[in-house]
Amino acid sequence: MPRDTSIKKVMVIGSGPIVIGQAAEFDYAGTQACRSLKEEGVEVVLVNSNPATIMTDKEIADQVYIEPLTVPVLEQIILKEKPDSVLPTLGGQAGLNLGMELAESGFLAKHGCRLIGTTPETIFKAEDRQGFKDTMEKIGEPVAASQVVHNVEDGIRFTNTIGYPVVLRPAFTLGGSGGGIAHNEAELVDILTNGLRLSRVHEVLVERCIAGWKEIEYEVMRDGAGNCITVCNMENIDPVGVHTGDSIVVAPSQTLGDKEYQMLRSSALNIIDELGITGGCNVQYALNPDSFEYCVIEVNPRVSRSSALASKATGYPIAKVSAKIALGYTLDEIRNAITGKTYASFEPMLDYCVVKIPRLPFDKFLTAKRTLTTQMKATGEVMSICDNFEGALMKAIRSLEQHVDSLMAYGFDSYSDRQLEEQLHQVDDRRIFCIAEALRRGMSYETLHDLTQIDVWFLDKIASIVEMERRLREEELTVDWLREAKRMEFPDAVIAELTQKSREEIRRMRYENGIVAAFKMVDTCAAEFAAQTPYYYSVFGSENEAQKTDGRKKVLVLGSGPIRIGQGIEFDYCSVHSTWAFSREGYETIIVNNNPETVSTDFDIADKLYFEPLTDEDVESIVDIEKPDGAVVQFGGQTAIKLTEALMKMGVPILGTRAEDVDAAEDRERFDKILEQTKIPRAAGGTVYTAEEAKKVANSIGYPVLVRPSYVLGGQGMQIAFNDREIDEFMEIINRIAQDHPILVDKYLQGKEIEVDAVCDGTDILIPGIMEHIERTGVHSGDSISVYPAHTIGREVKEKIAEYTRRLAKALHVIGLINIQFIVMDGEVYVIEVNPRSSRTVPYISKVTGIPIVDLATKVIVGHTLKEMGYQPGLQPEAEYVAIKMPVFSFEKLRGAEISLGPEMKSTGECLGIAKTFDEALYKAFLGAGVILPKHKQMIITVKDADKPEAVDVAKRFAALGYKIYATRSTAKYLQDHGVDALWVNKITQESPNVMDLILGHKIDLVIDTPTQGHGDKTRDGFLIRRNAIETGVHCITAMDTATALVTSLEAARSEYTLVDIAKVRNV
Amino acid sequence: MKAFLILEDGTVFTGKSIGAARDVISEIVFNTSMTGYLEVLTDPSYAGQAVVMTYPLIGNYGVTPDQESKRPWVDGYIVRELSRVPSNFRCEGALEDYLVQNDIPGICGIDTRALTKILRDKGTMNGMITTRDVSMEEVLPKLRAYRVGDVVSRVTCEEKHVVAPAEGTQGGRVYKVALMDFGAKNNIAGSLSRRGCEVTVYPAHAAAEEILADRPDGIMLSNGPGDPETNVEIIEQLKKLYDSSVPIFAICLGHQLMAKAIGLSTHKLKYGHRGGNHPVKDLETGRVYISSQNHGYVVDTDGLDPAVARPAFVNVNDGTNEGLRYIQKPVYTVQFHPEACPGPQDSGYLFDRFISMMEGAE
Repeated sequence: MPRDTSIKKVMVIGSGPIVIGQAAEFDYAGTQACRSLKEEGVEVVLVNSNPATIMTDKEIADQVYIEPLTVPVLEQIILKEKPDSVLPTLGGQAGLNLGMELAESGFLAKHGCRLIGTTPETIFKAEDRQGFKDTMEKIGEPVAASQVVHNVEDGIRFTNTIGYPVVLRPAFTLGGSGGGIAHNEAELVDILTNGLRLSRVHEVLVERCIAGWKEIEYEVMRDGAGNCITVCNMENIDPVGVHTGDSIVVAPSQTLGDKEYQMLRSSALNIIDELGITGGCNVQYALNPDSFEYCVIEVNPRVSRSSALASKATGYPIAKVSAKIALGYTLDEIRNAITGKTYASFEPMLDYCVVKIPRLPFDKFLTAKRTLTTQMKATGEVMSICDNFEGALMKAIRSLEQHVDSLMAYGFDSYSDRQLEEQLHQVDDRRIFCIAEALRRGMSYETLHDLTQIDVWFLDKIASIVEMERRLREEELTVDWLREAKRMEFPDAVIAELTQKSREEIRRMRYENGIVAAFKMVDTCAAEFAAQTPYYYSVFGSENEAQKTDGRKKVLVLGSGPIRIGQGIEFDYCSVHSTWAFSREGYETIIVNNNPETVSTDFDIADKLYFEPLTDEDVESIVDIEKPDGAVVQFGGQTAIKLTEALMKMGVPILGTRAEDVDAAEDRERFDKILEQTKIPRAAGGTVYTAEEAKKVANSIGYPVLVRPSYVLGGQGMQIAFNDREIDEFMEIINRIAQDHPILVDKYLQGKEIEVDAVCDGTDILIPGIMEHIERTGVHSGDSISVYPAHTIGREVKEKIAEYTRRLAKALHVIGLINIQFIVMDGEVYVIEVNPRSSRTVPYISKVTGIPIVDLATKVIVGHTLKEMGYQPGLQPEAEYVAIKMPVFSFEKLRGAEISLGPEMKSTGECLGIAKTFDEALYKAFLGAGVILPKHKQMIITVKDADKPEAVDVAKRFAALGYKIYATRSTAKYLQDHGVDALWVNKITQESPNVMDLILGHKIDLVIDTPTQGHGDKTRDGFLIRRNAIETGVHCITAMDTATALVTSLEAARSEYTLVDIAKVRNV
Repeated sequence: MKAFLILEDGTVFTGKSIGAARDVISEIVFNTSMTGYLEVLTDPSYAGQAVVMTYPLIGNYGVTPDQESKRPWVDGYIVRELSRVPSNFRCEGALEDYLVQNDIPGICGIDTRALTKILRDKGTMNGMITTRDVSMEEVLPKLRAYRVGDVVSRVTCEEKHVVAPAEGTQGGRVYKVALMDFGAKNNIAGSLSRRGCEVTVYPAHAAAEEILADRPDGIMLSNGPGDPETNVEIIEQLKKLYDSSVPIFAICLGHQLMAKAIGLSTHKLKYGHRGGNHPVKDLETGRVYISSQNHGYVVDTDGLDPAVARPAFVNVNDGTNEGLRYIQKPVYTVQFHPEACPGPQDSGYLFDRFISMMEGAE
């Protein structure tokens, strides 16, 4: 079927801010799809509230709206832009729901618009619980039997029809509490009775237990003519019970015979056909490991995290093909861009093994429960490719950048046998390391399988790695064993450690014996056809296919690895834009990265893509072959920066700011010297290694002090200490990981925090704009609401900031990007920190000022000057809009995590509010972050003493909006004394009804709870209130500045919005 | 033990011996299926060939009952890595032991992707698997001289036998199907039996008269190994079957032989189609199906008289013929494998179409 030419203008809905479960994969899918639409001459209107995305660039779409993703906003955009079609399948669950609402209300039809890529019926059949069950029954596809019961008798009766064990899930209880697995009637009666009591609606779902079955996924495509193919299947190493996003996943499946493989494949095609999907779809199965019995767990009728993984694992661009299908093409009309010879109507064949490991945020949330369940907790993931499973696993482990590069980690060697066995019952992110230790101690595969339900095939592969460790440790290292260890991707450092040789000795032994990495191509077809797209992975012991190319100058762009809190999608944005800019400058571009969710690892972003861990050794193997003319590290976050020294040793010039200048900004003493020279004040402080030294510094400058490791991202480990006891506590946490660099202790200044990104060409400096944080210092910049243009500081202060920025950039000889954070206190400007590289705010400030900073920085790096590019140096004139960046958190996904804001970053994403006025921008920013108020107009205030005066004003303003205010005793009294009509409510520890009953009653909009000092104590009232609020979907604010901002925004609530087409924002 | 794979172009791969430690000379072909190694090993169409699996991890689920004939037929087996601990609820043993028991020589631990690229670029060629240090001057002429030859005679059944309709299919009309066994995979008879047919399997050299005397409702021509050219006598018998007007459905070699029976020619593909991901387009409906394939030769449709037969399927990748619909007779033939095993089951509906053809002929 040829293209449907009635489709001329398409609105694409993005997925909004990055949260756990909905991350960078949708920027990848959306960007690829938009490029695919534009390729067909379609005009694209893009809507996404997330400014850090590439899809919201003017290069990607024709009209760009970084607006809250709500139905009224989308309706207004449709009225303004008049698209003929809406494509909702690229924006995750959020996008799909919005598309469905727009269609169902009749709004689309009324305005001559329609959904493409899916239909409301399809979404209903796939997403509605009952609709899905009925559809599966109709076509004979099994789902796990389940029934909602309201009494114990019904539960027993139903269980008798499906058999034990069963899972019991009480409705509307906190984080699934009161649920469990019943293996017999006694247990059933026990758990069910309790569950029914705890459930607010007295309702429990009884479901057949399939925990422990194999979890298998299929990615399927279907076109409008009904042609169906599967792109790939994947097997979770963790059996059913762990969310697939938190599982270690391998592609293709390893333990399925052709019978099982084809059985599930046919089922997946059957399902996609019945749902009538046009585009991509993901089907998840539970497969009984002891029979051919299976259940369909879930269907996602859209692109997903799994489809991104499948695309990267196979080379098949699912989003691109989905977009073409939405335009009416059939699979056999769409060319396979990798081979250039075949068509989209074929199934990729892999001749390698892919392993994905999730990146979990437990390094950020020390109090959070590590247990992995059906609720996803990972913020990102890494993927690796190798021709053997052991190698793929080893590469993936080190790609995670968690200071772990082998299976010998997390201290399990110090566990007693008994402790180890207990730990094996725990399903958490360290499970494979624990299994490895059990294997080292000789635990049998059978026992391990019984404990973990992990297939013996995988256990044997872990055992194979463990055997190699033992051999290296105990036997003389021969060339043959070295070769074999490298085939299994043991890094030199690990081999050196095990053989008690130096890393250099191992390296030399390798090179002398020709044991070097070779690169193979991901070609979608197992070498059956010659492929055109240089997408490579490394193996040892094979023929090398990657050819050094000559001619153009060649630049290596180092990516930023897995998405984690503190290093998010923003750095992928920078890497991609830098790559494009280098390409426009005539360079051959090479990207190295290992994150399957990102745009940078799409096969056609750079001239060459190496899907590899970002470690010294892995990068050196690439450098050996490609011999690049230079490498650029300033766009890939800390991941890339930390490769600088190694690259220089390999003789690769670092393009842009010199490494020693980068170091000068991080090294306390050198930096202090620069500040002295440039006459820029900073908070007093010092560098320390031990708690004793830290206390000494703290006492000499006076508490409170800021304690943080140097050379880290996102304020990792940063804390405000008020006394010696806290210093002891924080230093202990920081020093759990061996520190290569000293720890910084600074006087904590509470003032306004200001942030600046700038481009410097060595002579001139360009500052696109100054951003001001709403929260006072003490809240990490990534967690603060950021306002552009800075709205409360005067002209003089702004000029001073611009001047300091200029001086610092010059003193540090910056060529490219620099990011500086300042504190403004009593009219004085202090510098907090300087990062001569890209930052989290680069995409945001680029978009709202219309100045393409990464592009300029890259051009500067290759030798152009700002003036030559037509830019007037200095602070640029302010835009006519107010643009506010709002952090977005994923606390509800992480049980036990402390949600109060502090110097360590905790947000996972961000959204933008842009409008003519500050108040409207703020309102839109909160809306975009999902704070859609008021609902019940009831709130709880409980604040620490220092915040009480401010709380009065906030409470009065909320009361004026009609809010009923509850407060715990001391807050209530203070508010009442100051004229606020606050109602006193009991503390948690007091009798019911107390504050917890209020929260659990689901009638509260908001909790304002500013925590008293103290960390890690999970039994404190405040902690419990905050956790319970978050887990019941109540908004919870922990800083007074945020509360003030929220009430300001609600006062400005409106139903009509100023829409800003970001693609038209120009620097005036 | 060390093993070598020597190609007729002189390339040598050094790996580890698996299976029987004897020398073998054969035609080296690659298969891209990621699962189904047992079905491949036991597919009689591989007689006279040594197979290299492009998927690097083989034997993961061990030896299961999924065998397409009573024994493995490949001359040799070439893999990247053979699983040492297989795992599957139906696993009866390790693949390595199976190869030894069935006297199949093989080699593992070589760069199978590099080998596949050679076969892709230079075309299918002969090779030798050996554990000895052999002299190239001696070996290469032997490799070049190797011909697959008449392999159908080797793989066909010795005696006529009957496969009854499968349990649970009773009640409907029982069609009697004559299956000519050129090296048939079990699932051809299985697919028919599950649809309620009574299948009589005939040795490849059965005379047309003998088959027709049994008054079948339909005739099924199976897959099989080797160059269709070599089956001169069988082609003669097929002409008679064609003339009989009994509905005929043919797969792979059967498809090629039927085409030759009406005067079409076949030619050898550079490196064949072997795997489970080949898109074929039904020219009547425009629908594309993913098919299981295993063939080195293809029917030439140049000069095809549209009054006699028309192309029914075409390969989406390279445009080669994948099936013919005959116009004057109830004959339908496909190059790919609707019986799957291994591979996608998408084209299984063709067996239903065959049943309809038999219904229509009543």
